[in-house]
Amino acid sequence: MEWLQQLINGISLGSIYALIALGYTMVYGIIKLINFAHGDVFMVGAFVGFYAIKGWGLGFFPALLFSMAFCAVFGVLIERIAYKRLRNATRIAALITAIGMSLLIEYGVIYARGAQPEAYPDNVLPSTSFNLFGAQISSQSLFILSVSVGLMIILQFIVHRTKIGKAMRAVSHDMDAARLMGINVDRTISYTFAIGSALAGAAGVIFGVYYTKIEPLMGIIPGLKAFVAAVLGGIGIIPGAMVGGLILGVVESVVSAMGFSLWRDAAAFIILILILIFRPSGIFGKNTREKV
Amino acid sequence: MLKVNGIDVFYGNIHALKGVSLEINEGEIVTLIGANGAGKSTLLKTLSGLLKPKSGTIEYLGSSISGKAPQSIVKSGISHVPEGRRVFANMSVEENLELGAYLRKDSKEIRKDIQSVYELFPRLEERRKQLSGTLSGGEQQMLAMGRAIMAKPKLLLLDEPSMGLAPLMVKTIFQIIEKINKDGTTILLVEQNANMALSVADRAYVIETGRVEISGTAAELQASEEIKKAYLGGL
Ligand SMILES: Nc1ncnc2c1ncn2[C@@H]1O[C@H](COP(=O)(O)OP(=O)(O)O)[C@@H](O)[C@H]1O
Ligand SMILES: [Mg+2]
Repeated sequence: MEWLQQLINGISLGSIYALIALGYTMVYGIIKLINFAHGDVFMVGAFVGFYAIKGWGLGFFPALLFSMAFCAVFGVLIERIAYKRLRNATRIAALITAIGMSLLIEYGVIYARGAQPEAYPDNVLPSTSFNLFGAQISSQSLFILSVSVGLMIILQFIVHRTKIGKAMRAVSHDMDAARLMGINVDRTISYTFAIGSALAGAAGVIFGVYYTKIEPLMGIIPGLKAFVAAVLGGIGIIPGAMVGGLILGVVESVVSAMGFSLWRDAAAFIILILILIFRPSGIFGKNTREKV
Repeated sequence: MLKVNGIDVFYGNIHALKGVSLEINEGEIVTLIGANGAGKSTLLKTLSGLLKPKSGTIEYLGSSISGKAPQSIVKSGISHVPEGRRVFANMSVEENLELGAYLRKDSKEIRKDIQSVYELFPRLEERRKQLSGTLSGGEQQMLAMGRAIMAKPKLLLLDEPSMGLAPLMVKTIFQIIEKINKDGTTILLVEQNANMALSVADRAYVIETGRVEISGTAAELQASEEIKKAYLGGL
């Protein structure tokens, strides 16, 4: 039952992609910016979690919450400092700024602490494995999966049931109409960055606990893959990011399981190319036609 | 109630409003008519804070609101129903109405006001759970107006509510405009449909290429030869 095991691994990995992809998609939904620094927020989250666990001896959940809070503030600062003044600039200017921001964070972290990797302690979560239909399932991967799913449920609740969530949806649909409702657009955008970055921070800690090794450039590949996941689901669409992340994780695991481990990373980008050719609006995207 | 004094508004270097002045008294329906591109929407956007005047003043209930943020203008009692309705298509009718009350905190009163919007527009109640993007143009106009009323405005700005609607629907919408006015809301009505607008308005302004060219009571304008020729289809 190698397959079932790979499937569970794929879903766990996919849920990490999904958490990162959510931030991409929410930010894109609201200001139409591909925030290339988002993968680096994930990296910062992993390091903050690491220092909280190793340095301060915090447990998993306190470290997770601390990292989420830290990244929320960090994400808001990035938006306020770098992106806010570009709101009426061309898209390419904003995109270049985002890439610059990404490099700044990566090399800022290297400057501050060096480029050497760190290893998360392996006793953060109890790890037992048990047998399910003959497959060896580790309790860690199930635990990580449930934390990710829990965060996504909370996000759905925020977006659909709270006032700030409704404001976010209104702003992403029509910024000026939202202003006419009395919605403070700047503040709503800040909340979006805060929530998206907190999820990336959570993904960073989960990643660290699951894969152990973290380093300052670790955000690049998962960031790109999460971007693919967001496009796959339909950029700007929240459930799309979740489903896109899970699909991508499972596809990668299946590709590895078939013995093509070296093709794992390529799989994501082949998916990106296929989706851009055959369904550029993504799985959940509709070909929007405005009603006049 | 509202006093606009010589405002100039620009889009980059396009001079869209050139020294526009107008006045609205409490309880009135004032209409602003003019051809496409005259600057009507620009004026409404400036009043609701989406655009900032380069010069001139806007005084509302005795204090200046020019250059203030839209949210503080909404809070002070001015609601703007934009051209083309701009409903939140991805949300239900009821969610749109709730967003109209975004700045209010009195949730019990909000429920009551949603009910009174449904009384004013029974069609919306039948479709309360429907996504607003699937409504017809007339229903979207009703929703946009209902949503604006949810903010409890003292002054309602309506930008071409009749645009693209069938004659029967236009009539319904205008009846509702009159009813909203009778219930105590002052109205600034922007229209290209000058006939219809003058028939419900107390006073009117005519705007051409960014300037107010003519103003007077609705009856005066209806009688004017010049207006008849230019805006009332030469009847
Ligand atoms: N966003 C914009 N950018 C540049 N010019 C604009 C913009 N919106 C309107 N204009 C110009 O300002 C003038 C007035 O437009 P508008 O107020 O929309 O006219 P109306 O509502 O009377 O049809 C027009 O010449 C129009 O082309
Ligand atoms: Mg207009």
